[in-house]
Amino acid sequence: MIREDNITHKIDWVTVSIYFAIVFLGWLNIYAVTYDENVSTSIFSLDLNSGRQLIFIAGAVLIISAILIIDRQFYETFAYIIYGFLLVLLLLVPMIGKEVGGNKAWLGIGSFGVQPSEFAKFATALVVAQMIGSIGFKMDNFRNQLMLFALIGAPMLLIFLQKDTGTALVFSVFVIVFFREGMSPFIILIGIGCAIIFVLTLLVENQYYLYVGIAALLGLAIIMGRKKFKRIALLATGALVIVMMIESVDYIVTDVLKPHQQNRIKALINPDADPLGYGWNVTQSKIAIGSGGFLGKGFLEGTQTKFDFVPEQSTDFIFCTIGEEHGWVGSLFTIALFMLLLLRVVFLAERQKNKFARVYGYSVACILFFHFAVNIGMTIGLFPVIGIPLPFFSYGGSSLWGFTILLFIFLKLDAHRMQVLQRL
Amino acid sequence: MNEGRKEIIQIAFVAVGIIFLVKLFFIQVIDRRYKELANSNAILKVIDPPVRGLIRDRNGKLMVYNTPEFDLEIIRKEVKTLDSARFCEVFDMTLPELRQSFRELKAKREYSPVKPTVFIKQLSNFDFAKIQDRIDEFEGFYIKPRSTRAYTTKAMANQLGYVSEISKEQLARDKEKIYRQGDEIGQSGIEAFYETYLRGKGGVHYLLRNVDGIEKGPFDEGRSDTISIPGQDLISTVDIDLQEYGEYLMEGKAGSVIAIEPSSGEILAMISGPSYDPTMLTGRNYSENFKLISSDTNKPLFNRPLMAQYRPGSIFKIAQAMVALQEGVITPDTRIPCDRDVIGCHGPHSNEDLRGAITHSCNPYFHQALRRMVNQGKSDNPFDDSRIGLKEWTTHISSFGFGKPLGIDLPNEKGGLVPNVDYYDKAYGGRPWKFSNIYSIAIGEGENLVVPLQMANFAATIANKGYYITPHLIKAIGDSLKPLPQFTEKHYTTIDARNFEIAADAMERVVQSGTGQYRAKLKDIIVCGKTGSVQNEPRPDHSVFIAFAPKENPKIAVSVYVEFSGQGARAAASIASLMIEKYLYGATQRPIIEDYVLKGDFLD
Repeated sequence: MIREDNITHKIDWVTVSIYFAIVFLGWLNIYAVTYDENVSTSIFSLDLNSGRQLIFIAGAVLIISAILIIDRQFYETFAYIIYGFLLVLLLLVPMIGKEVGGNKAWLGIGSFGVQPSEFAKFATALVVAQMIGSIGFKMDNFRNQLMLFALIGAPMLLIFLQKDTGTALVFSVFVIVFFREGMSPFIILIGIGCAIIFVLTLLVENQYYLYVGIAALLGLAIIMGRKKFKRIALLATGALVIVMMIESVDYIVTDVLKPHQQNRIKALINPDADPLGYGWNVTQSKIAIGSGGFLGKGFLEGTQTKFDFVPEQSTDFIFCTIGEEHGWVGSLFTIALFMLLLLRVVFLAERQKNKFARVYGYSVACILFFHFAVNIGMTIGLFPVIGIPLPFFSYGGSSLWGFTILLFIFLKLDAHRMQVLQRL
Repeated sequence: MNEGRKEIIQIAFVAVGIIFLVKLFFIQVIDRRYKELANSNAILKVIDPPVRGLIRDRNGKLMVYNTPEFDLEIIRKEVKTLDSARFCEVFDMTLPELRQSFRELKAKREYSPVKPTVFIKQLSNFDFAKIQDRIDEFEGFYIKPRSTRAYTTKAMANQLGYVSEISKEQLARDKEKIYRQGDEIGQSGIEAFYETYLRGKGGVHYLLRNVDGIEKGPFDEGRSDTISIPGQDLISTVDIDLQEYGEYLMEGKAGSVIAIEPSSGEILAMISGPSYDPTMLTGRNYSENFKLISSDTNKPLFNRPLMAQYRPGSIFKIAQAMVALQEGVITPDTRIPCDRDVIGCHGPHSNEDLRGAITHSCNPYFHQALRRMVNQGKSDNPFDDSRIGLKEWTTHISSFGFGKPLGIDLPNEKGGLVPNVDYYDKAYGGRPWKFSNIYSIAIGEGENLVVPLQMANFAATIANKGYYITPHLIKAIGDSLKPLPQFTEKHYTTIDARNFEIAADAMERVVQSGTGQYRAKLKDIIVCGKTGSVQNEPRPDHSVFIAFAPKENPKIAVSVYVEFSGQGARAAASIASLMIEKYLYGATQRPIIEDYVLKGDFLD
């Protein structure tokens, strides 16, 4: 079989090695979470998460083989069909899904449950790449921009309706891909500006200080620049918009967000205000990581993560186990592995010969980056607690498989990059 | 135009990685605080369970309260050496039993070697003083107090309900995460219906513990602790003396007795026979007793006043009379011959007016009255005419609260059945039906079904001359001293008050000179009543009686339903009149009737 022979030669073994290194580390840490010196259970035992994760890993290997065997054209050709199929699944979830931990994000097939939202990520990446790569697409065309935002908005909205805010937010990361492909940076800047105003509003108790600050800045801008009516009017409108935003943030936080979401934001801004109430998760997570010291307590020697002080240890808070058992050195190693992976994927994306593959590659990098940044960020108190997994690392079949598909479709595209004679 | 963007993205990625590493360096290497917190093995969350609300009767007598119980808990990891012989001696166990307990401990779902797990439940049954003195000898074992329900009365078990550990299914349904495993929850009766008021809110206090699990005092000087808030107390509408008296009368019988204060809808007594002692479903012996009670063939857990759906029998004739008067198809003076060829009857009477027909419970009279009601000639087609008439009849009858649950403050209330047009269409499978197919509803036999509570409510409605307030068992919740808002609302029937005057007159005559005269009559008080004997071929009839008293300004309305005890004038009328007497006079002075009831031979 020439094709099979080809693929093993052409696939990027650097990425594959990093992938398996992360998966293996994740598996060891999942075992460490449940390990109990008094009850000697094997790492392979199906009673433990580690045993089940091994089955998920075996499944992932099968999925990888399938992805590599399927013709590369398939992903581009069927992008919209795959995307449409997942949207239907996402629509079905609120109707026939089962509820796990407050989120109704699971579709049950017998005793087996899958989260369609985990697979919606690669599907959305495919259609985004397909659209940007299509003939006649122009990033500075407003219509085209609108269509792109509709593509990421649809799954985002459906997942948001499942109350899985964390996964819904992941889709916002496509904005970075659009930026790379030529969208005006203003959209990102406005987004960052909004975020700053949002946090400032929450930090400053008395909003009138903010208003005074805005008035001062406005006055300064008017005095400094040319005194043309049009310019002054524009500045004043801008200031008014910011004031309205501050007012609406207050409204959103107290009236729109659910109490647990409010608490997570409050916990981020001042975790010490209520270390046992809404700050509990973050406080415990930081204690676990902080107690690891420089070298850590050693594999299976952690006490904090094991004794249920940290919640959701094998999924969203898996990084605590690294921090506690392997210390700063272990954290450095893990973060370095992710950095290597991200930079490698960006490097591969840049060497693509066609736009579809390049945009898809950037989507992969950005999705992985978002998960990495938010997941580790929340365990060390830099982000609000948004329950999204650490890619390839956290326990869970849907998330592992979803990320595996995401990454390996790109590796498949990359392996065949020379076969494409196309416009760039 | 996209030049440099690749680099910007890569720099952003790396920057985030570096920020993380710097932050991690701060919390892992520089800041010692986290290490210390971890060494004190962080913070132990201890839940203080709330005290459940008390329940008193309408006169302030305590009925339900809490009593302390103690569990023995173990933290397996802390048990380094155990003097098993001594342990067995203190806790009154044999060595194999102790080994068995350890095996069971590890099999428990919630078991963890580092967290407290229940080892022996409810120590109160042991020699508690002895255990308390010696508990310090056993490392890793702790006594954990908690409270359990206790009762001052053996009565009213089904209405009070019981409390037990929350089940897995209930935990799964608890979306707001109010309960934790091991919490107690009201499972039936008032305990279940008023669970949200009774349960209160647990408090939390935080303790610092070191690696060996030794407590090092409160965390942050207790500043984060919350105090548990006790549940709200309830005041019942029930007069516990009357309730106990009713249960005494119902001993050895199956059926229901319900007494209501008509003006307020307050239930004065609600007896379900046979019953059980509520104390049996508390504490250590709960599971064992529950098995016993729930497998009893007499069904003591079956709350007859709300759940037993019976045909109402002759008491339903009053409702028929009201509907016929309201529709104007008869007047109080309408006489109908007692034609026993159509439908059987009893007693010597031949051509009564309405009051007389009620007094003698004349079957042909009400057969004819319902015929006039249903076939008013509004359509030439007899089938259509019956449909129109029955529809109106159903509307009137339903306005008495029949055919749907009344909405009492107890779970699992049944609604009975008022047959309507759809019902008969279904029953006859689309074939036409007319009055002659459905006439047995005229005398409360046939398809009608009611629960005893609806009968008592019916008696209260007559006493009120046309309205009722939904019967309820709790008149005051907590400090509000008010019942739930739905229990102050008047529900009017479709019948005019003047028609109820006629019903009251007729029911007075039932007791003075009719079917109920011998056993239901009281000396100075006018009792209005109606007997019923519900057929159960081949077994004896159910004995039924509804009544209210005094006739003017009624203070009590009663329904009594005694299964398989013959004529309504016997068992049911006797019990009803004794309940009225007991409530209005505080004591009964008719030992002959009381003995007759207690002896229970109603079928001679």
